[in-house]
Parts: sequence; C-alpha cells; structure tokens
Amino acid sequence: MIIRVKHIPAVLLSTVIGLSMPMVANAAGGGFALEAAGNDVADIASLQRGARNFVNYCMGCHSAKYIRFSKLQETLRLTDEQIQENLMFAASKVDETMRVAMPAADAARWFGQVPPDLTLVARSRGTAWVYTFLKSFYLDEKAATGTNNLVFPNASMPHVLWELQGLQSATFHTSTNEETGEITEHFGDPAYFESLEQVATGSLSPEEYDQFVRDIVNFLDWAGTPEQLERRTLGIWVLIFLLVFLIFAYLLKVEIWKDVK
Amino acid sequence: MSNAPANAVPEGAGRGTRLLAWIDARFPLSKMMREHATEYYAGKNFNIWYVFGVLAMVVLIIQLITGIFLTMNYKPSAEDAFASVEYIMRDVEWGWLIRYLHSTGASAFFIVVYLHMFRAMLYGSYKKPRELLWLIGMVIYVALMAEAFMGYLLPWGQMSYWGAQVIISLFGALPVIGDPLVEWIRGDYNISDITLNRFFALHVIAVPLALVMLVVMHILALHETGSNNPDGIEIKENKGPDGIPVDGIAFHPFYTAKDLVAIIVFLILFLGVVFFAPEMGGYFLEHANFEPANSLKTPEHIAPVWYFTPFYAILRAVPDKLGGVILMGGAIIVLFLLPWLDRSPVKSIRYRGWGYKGALAVFAVSFVVLGYLGMQPPTDTYTLIARVCTILYFGFFIYLYIYTGSEQGKPVPDRLTYHG
Repeated sequence: MIIRVKHIPAVLLSTVIGLSMPMVANAAGGGFALEAAGNDVADIASLQRGARNFVNYCMGCHSAKYIRFSKLQETLRLTDEQIQENLMFAASKVDETMRVAMPAADAARWFGQVPPDLTLVARSRGTAWVYTFLKSFYLDEKAATGTNNLVFPNASMPHVLWELQGLQSATFHTSTNEETGEITEHFGDPAYFESLEQVATGSLSPEEYDQFVRDIVNFLDWAGTPEQLERRTLGIWVLIFLLVFLIFAYLLKVEIWKDVK
Repeated sequence: MSNAPANAVPEGAGRGTRLLAWIDARFPLSKMMREHATEYYAGKNFNIWYVFGVLAMVVLIIQLITGIFLTMNYKPSAEDAFASVEYIMRDVEWGWLIRYLHSTGASAFFIVVYLHMFRAMLYGSYKKPRELLWLIGMVIYVALMAEAFMGYLLPWGQMSYWGAQVIISLFGALPVIGDPLVEWIRGDYNISDITLNRFFALHVIAVPLALVMLVVMHILALHETGSNNPDGIEIKENKGPDGIPVDGIAFHPFYTAKDLVAIIVFLILFLGVVFFAPEMGGYFLEHANFEPANSLKTPEHIAPVWYFTPFYAILRAVPDKLGGVILMGGAIIVLFLLPWLDRSPVKSIRYRGWGYKGALAVFAVSFVVLGYLGMQPPTDTYTLIARVCTILYFGFFIYLYIYTGSEQGKPVPDRLTYHG
C-alpha cells in the first residue's frame, strides 16, 4: 500500500479544515453553554428594530463609535426624518458616529469601569455570547446591581432590560466532599448551574423578549461587519468569473501541452 | 528567430521590432526573457508540488499592492491605530476588501511557503548543487516571519499587543544581554507607541525591501542551477544535439500556461476565504483582536497566529524558559542545515528507502500537531504530546544524518518519468 505523493495536498487541506471546526464552536468559551442567536443580517426589519432597541436601551451607556448614522440610514433604508426622530438623540448630523453623551469619567465612577464600546462586540465575543448574555441575568443579593450573569459572572452591568424580561432566579448544584460528607454551595458558579426560573414577569412574553434580544444581536452583528452582505454578494460574482476563467486557462494549457510527449 | 543577434534589425521591420532592438542595444530585455522564460528549461514532469513557488510570488505581489493602499489610510500611533483600521473597514472605498486581502494574504503566504518547503524535502531540492538556493529560501522564511510578526502589531488589538509582549519578552531569557535587548527592541520599558512606530517602519519598508531582494536572489540562484523535478534527476546532464535538455521544456509558454491554471485555482480558494470567511473561524483574524489593545487587561488565553504555533508549542514544551527559547530557535536553525544533514545522494522520495519516507511522514505530522497544540491552552496531556512531538521534530534531523549514511533505495532512472 503506497500513499501517493500527489494525494498529500488533499490530506493536508482536509486536516486544516478539520482543525478549524472546534475553534468555531469554542470561540467565545466560558463555562455556561451558549445559545445560537439565529439572527439574519439580511432582515432589514429586524435590523431596524435592533437599532431602535440599541439606541433606546444600550446607548445611554454604550457607544458604537465606529458607526456613522449615515451608514446606518443607508443600510436601514430610512429617510432623513425617520433617522433624526427615531435614532439620533444626541447627534445632530448624519455623518456623526454613535457616541454616548455620558462623560467617561462619570461612567467609570458609577459602574467601576467605562462601559465598553459595542461596535465590535459581536466580532470579539460572538453573536451567541451576546444573545445568551442578555438572556441570562439572575437575581443575586450579593451583587451591587442586584443581578448577576451566567455568561459573564460579576459583570458590572445591571440588568437594564428587566422591565421587559422580568426577573429570573438561578439554582446551582451543590457538591459533596466524599470523605467528610461536607456540602459546598456553588451559587454564582456557572460550572455548577442547574436551572433558571422566572420569578417576576416582564412586559414582554419570553418569545417576544427572545426576539427583542435577537434584533439587538442582529444590529450588533451588522455593526461589527457592515460590509458582510455586500461582501458575500460580490464574492459570488468573483468566484463565477474565476471558474469561467479557469475553464479557458485549462483549455489553453491543454492546447499548449498537447505535443509534449 | 530568437537565436538571431539582438541588434540585427531586418529590412522593413515594423515599429515594434525596431523599438525592441533599440531597447536591447541599451538594456538586456530580450536576453533576460530568453534566459529566464523562453529558453529556461525545466523538467517536463512537474506535479502539483511545483506550483507553490509561483503562488508565493503571487501572494507577495498581493501583499505589496494591498499594503501600499493600507498605508495610505492607516495611522501608526497607539492612539489612532485601532480606529484607523476600523476607518479603513468602514469609510474607505473598498477598504474592507483591501484589508481582508492583506490579512488573508499573510496566512496564505505561510500556507504556500510551508508547502513549498515541504516540496523541497520530498524531492531533495536542497541538495547539491542547490544548497545556496535553500539557504536563501530559509532567509526569506525568517524575514517573512519577522514581517508577519511586526505586521500583526499594527492593528493594535488585544492579541497584537499581548502576542508581541510575549514574543519580545522571549529575548529576555538570554543571559546578560536579555533585558537590555528587550528594551532595545521595544524602544521603551513597555510595548508602546514607540514600538508601534518602529514596527510600522520595519514592516512597510525595511523587511519588504529585503524580501524582494532575497526573492530576486532566490530566482537567480534557481535559474543558475536549474529547477529540480519530482524524479530528482539533473536534466542538464542529458542534452540533445541542440544543447537543450532532452527532458526539459521551456518555462514559457509551457509552465506559464500551467501555472496560470494553478494561480486561478489558488485565487478561487484564497478569495473564497476573503469573501466568505475572512476571519477563518478565528485562525486568520483572532477574535480577541477586535478589542483595542489594553496594557492593563491581560487576555485569558494568549496564542500567536497559527503560522507561529508549531514553534510556540516547542517553546512551551520545555519547562525552562531559556531552554525553550534555545529549542525554539534551534527548530528553525536546524532547517538551515538540512542540505548537510541529509547525506543521501538520491534526491527524490520516489527512489529513497522506507526509512526516509516514514521519517518524513512522522516529521510532517509532528509539525502539524505542534501547530495545533500551540493554539490550545496548555494542559498536562497536551504538554506531554507537545514534548513527544518536539522530540520527533528534532529526532528527524538526527535520524536523517545517521540513516542517510547508508540509505538503501531504488535505482534512480536516467530519464524523467513522464506520462503525457
């Protein structure tokens, strides 16, 4: 049995592709299992709702400073009036970017740190991370904000969407020391997470809240890579061109090589 | 036709011919075309392993051109660098395409160069008379690593910053000169604006200039000795009455036509990544690098980009820092010595013993496994595997020297094997 040398590139290529698979799955990582956001950046209505949700609920503290309102307007297909009235509260010109009015020094004093800019959060953490993060706040008496988070333990961010989602309490498994029989509580440790329970209802049903969060994630997905739709569309044409070019280049090669014996 | 003296212009020649004659009298244009293309003869049996040199050239050109356009909008300062990259991605016309071409190009460069180097190991392309060709190639590889390392600092993300921090601090393990050397490289007590500025200067002019000159030397050395081939036979030793190697064909038009096919196939794969997966699942653009550099916040897990990870895994496999640095450097230096470690007169793997075939396979697998381990957080099991692979990596070269003293292979034919 001889492994032909000409087969090695195929083997190497499949190795590379195979190795890249686990990376996709655990890119964001961190004890608690993440839930896929299931958002669709091509869904303009969802992007419009997401932008509205972001401006109303997030942008009080978090900027998205690399996004220009003009770019947002173009993507969301909004008129000058629509964007001015619905999305631009602090900014006056559409070529401004999505900044926060809150001074950074005050923010740092109030929250312990300046709330991070969120333009690229879907790229650095992943959409599943943001989606699950916004869904997994639970009541914690010891936390300064009254809530804690399963994805991001001890986050300094309060559960700003509690009026919409309602409140959840979390239970955690205990562990028993086999020798002493001593039982240890693991409250707040995502590795011992057992279940979440709705203890107070919000103004949205669970399905509506999921959609609300999914729209925000969709907006952030677009915000991180606003070129992605254009990129994929253009990419298809580029590949079609190259495939056609390949046919002619191959025929040219065959023609030139036909007398080589 | 092409054998006619360059300056002889026939009666009533067209303008083109006369212009060419005018140039040829002043610059060796036709002469160079003949020497390096139309009358440069290479074995007619090149297989797919022989396309990666040309592809490396294609990627070099992509990197040089996209690099120029990135430089027009990038700001090499700690204050503005990260934002200027986002500016390129969002506000510059086609900026995202230029940036993704450049970032994907960096990884593509290493893929084709690793395959190009492995080709040399398969067919003994580093052996006499091509030792210098191999050495120049190795210098190109080291320059390429320096180029990629310094380029990776420029986006000024978390991985740019901390990756550079880790790698530069390795020099600190050297006795006596370690600490002053680290300071000298950084130009500061920490990675700072000053480091970014000098890395920018080195990345956009010093190293690319050296790379281009080295590539020219590499090609001149190649055309002096002639290309090797999958049979490892010197085609120049079997010339026809016309002085042309019997088994040779002209680079142009034969290999230009064949390479064009390879280039298009490469572009389909390359642009497939650029347009549909520019992050390549975090391998080509690491997720953590979309957060701006923060000197006060160490990321949970610092991993260099994939093309450095085999050497990073070797570094981590050694419990002692200085020992790790020495072994990591040694892993690259030992490659320089390959032409002298392999004592077998037979070049091609086709006519070598199973002892070599098996050892090369083990070497290739351990290199890939080390690359994978270098990306993972170290665990006890992983460290153990990394140590085994490190021993296999170095063991290959020791074994090679001993084994090739008395290698028994198949007889090498006189003529190339070619099945049109």
